[in-house]
Amino acid sequence: MFDLIGKRYWYFLISALLIVPGLIAMIYSTVTYGTPVRLSIDFTGGSLMVIKFQQPTTEDAIRDVFMSYDFTNPVVQQLGRPEDNTWQVRIGFTDVETVDEIKASLADQIGPIDEASSSLSTVGPAVGHEVTRSAAVAVVIASLLVGAFIIITFRRVPNAFRYGVSAISAMLHDILVALGFVSAMGILFNWEVDALFLTAILTVIGFSVQDKIVVFDRIRENTPKRRGEPYETIVNRSILEVIHRSLTTQLNAMFVMIAILLFGGASIKQFIAVMLIGMVTATYSSIFNAVPLLVVWEKGEVGQFFRRVRGREAAA
Amino acid sequence: MRDKNLGLLIGVIILAAAAIWVDLPSNPGLHIHLGPINIDRDIRIHQGLDLQGGLQVLLEADVAEGEAVERDAMDTAKVIIGSRVDALGVTEPLVQSQGERRIIVELPGVQDPELAISTIRETGLLEFVDAGNTFLEPGTVVRTDFGGTVAPTEEVAPTSEITETTTVTPTVPASPAPSPTPERVLPTVVTGRDLNRGGLSIGRKETTGELYIAFELTSEAAPKFADFTSKNVGSYLAIALDKEIISCPVIKSAITEGKGVIEGKFTLEEARSLLVQLQYGALPIPLRVETTRTIGPTLGQDSVRKSVTAGAIGLSVVFLFMLIYYRFPGLLADLALAIYALLNFAIYKFGLPPLFNYVTLTLPGIAGFLLSTGMAVDANILIFERMKEELRAGRSLGAAIEAGFSRAWTSIRDSNISTIITCAILFYFGSTFGASMVKGFALTLIIGVSISMFTAVTITRTFVRFAFDAFGDTLRDKKWLLGV
Repeated sequence: MFDLIGKRYWYFLISALLIVPGLIAMIYSTVTYGTPVRLSIDFTGGSLMVIKFQQPTTEDAIRDVFMSYDFTNPVVQQLGRPEDNTWQVRIGFTDVETVDEIKASLADQIGPIDEASSSLSTVGPAVGHEVTRSAAVAVVIASLLVGAFIIITFRRVPNAFRYGVSAISAMLHDILVALGFVSAMGILFNWEVDALFLTAILTVIGFSVQDKIVVFDRIRENTPKRRGEPYETIVNRSILEVIHRSLTTQLNAMFVMIAILLFGGASIKQFIAVMLIGMVTATYSSIFNAVPLLVVWEKGEVGQFFRRVRGREAAA
Repeated sequence: MRDKNLGLLIGVIILAAAAIWVDLPSNPGLHIHLGPINIDRDIRIHQGLDLQGGLQVLLEADVAEGEAVERDAMDTAKVIIGSRVDALGVTEPLVQSQGERRIIVELPGVQDPELAISTIRETGLLEFVDAGNTFLEPGTVVRTDFGGTVAPTEEVAPTSEITETTTVTPTVPASPAPSPTPERVLPTVVTGRDLNRGGLSIGRKETTGELYIAFELTSEAAPKFADFTSKNVGSYLAIALDKEIISCPVIKSAITEGKGVIEGKFTLEEARSLLVQLQYGALPIPLRVETTRTIGPTLGQDSVRKSVTAGAIGLSVVFLFMLIYYRFPGLLADLALAIYALLNFAIYKFGLPPLFNYVTLTLPGIAGFLLSTGMAVDANILIFERMKEELRAGRSLGAAIEAGFSRAWTSIRDSNISTIITCAILFYFGSTFGASMVKGFALTLIIGVSISMFTAVTITRTFVRFAFDAFGDTLRDKKWLLGV
């Protein structure tokens, strides 16, 4: 039988290699922008305009118009291909009347605007605060409920608590990777986190747990069947039995997501990208984090590990 | 077993046929009139604002922090906004309360968002104020003794006199001397409430072509107005909307018949907007715009087109994958998946009465549907993998099929429950602040996951059993058809 579990520390190392750069990105982002991931107007409040001009223009030309309305730091970005002539501008919370005046000036100084292909969102700061608060509440409740659900599902298995904790640790790992990804994209490509991002994170939580349940379910089934075998062997056997179908199930959802990423509407691409990253990570962490964690716990290796480190320090 | 299975198969076929009927693009809707039963239902796709373009506004009662907002006032405001929105001529507007102090308004396909917002939001408090001898420049913000929500006390005794028809049109003097914003409080003579709602109309002056709004006072207010105008001939009678002067005519002679016109430099749209506000009354509470989202119609249609392409490609890959990887059972799963897609779409159009009557499709909603389709085959994969395992373990084909379905069930159930939990939280989160995007995604995903438990298990099992009865011998000989 192929020994998958024996290489468990390699898997933890790979996870660390995924998480650490993300953490660095989040620290950098916190220093530069004040938050670990860049927040959209959904959370901070503000106004976001998408303007499609009928002719090419430059970032500076657009910025100048906004500056003339006393916006000190408008964030101007080109969207899509250059020939789309579509620009996105983020400013502080501004009422619709003023936005309309700005649009008139833009049309005046740069060129006609294609209104039918433009959009505007404004979010008051109070609403932004509320969204932030309910977002935090949603994530916490989701994690708690899902954790409780796992513990209830596995209540008849010895050490149900361990299954719950392992699944949640792996889930946190998935969220960290997704957050790190978005943080890095925020620094590199100005990606911002909106209400949909939160949706992606919560969906990843759902997927992540779902995937872990498939693997854990097999361990649950094999444990009474093979009482004589050491735990490590049972777990290894269970993984080998389900790895195939775990990959195939995730594959189908990934097909759909990749199709949306490649051909779908621009406004949900970031949302789908976060979900895809989360899903790939969740598939990895089910097999290579959650289950090995169970084994580590069973064998009491955490204590051993620290003893070994201390031993080495003492020798040095 | 066989009879029961045949019954199920017939049931599935009827269900699929019904779904196809609902899904037909040219569906005429349900119109049944049988004695006491009267059903009239349009069956069609409801597109969200992000797909068809339009405006979403979240309004909040503009009162001091912590001050209680009367429920009645909010309800009245909602009704008035509803009437104003209807008068804008938008198809399928949505006006909903959100919490205790917010109202959300969705106007699909609105052309001029700025005007729509001002029509909805402005309190629409019209006042005729006594400006005395000072001319007030239009645009000046004034203070009046008419306090917001309190109705003016009627002091005038009802009279039944019929006045002569000397209607005098108030006019703006030729060369007014602009005066600074007066700090004094101006007395209000009559307000919008004293207007006869049916007697309002827009007219155009023949001489200048300027637009005006003709009004008629109620019979209660007319004498008061007549009394005031007869005593103040020669002074200014300012007309203010939401405490902002829109015109300031001179009273040339007594207006005894209770008829007059409001002039301002109106465009046709502005005149209509004002007319609407006057017709449906002033808001009992000032509202402020908290959030707005405007999406151009082309942008939405572009998204629809792209989503359809992406969906078609993604789903084709899933269909092909199942067919190639699982062969014959894969074909059956594809069939079940096709029924799954039909059922989903039928629910979007027809809803699940009495729970809801349709699902508004948004861009994330479409993503949720596509994703749930990709996940719907998960259950089939779990079942088929299990079947293969059982076959390899040496079980007979029939036993392997039954074991595949029964053993895989716990995994399917448990994993779907975790998705449903997160969707429920998302739906709640989306509802609290009107993030219709989040709600749309959660709703289609939750519907998809629920239906998939039925199609991927019950329907596929019916197909597999039926196929096994019909072609069992062939399948036993040609194991490659099972992908083993």
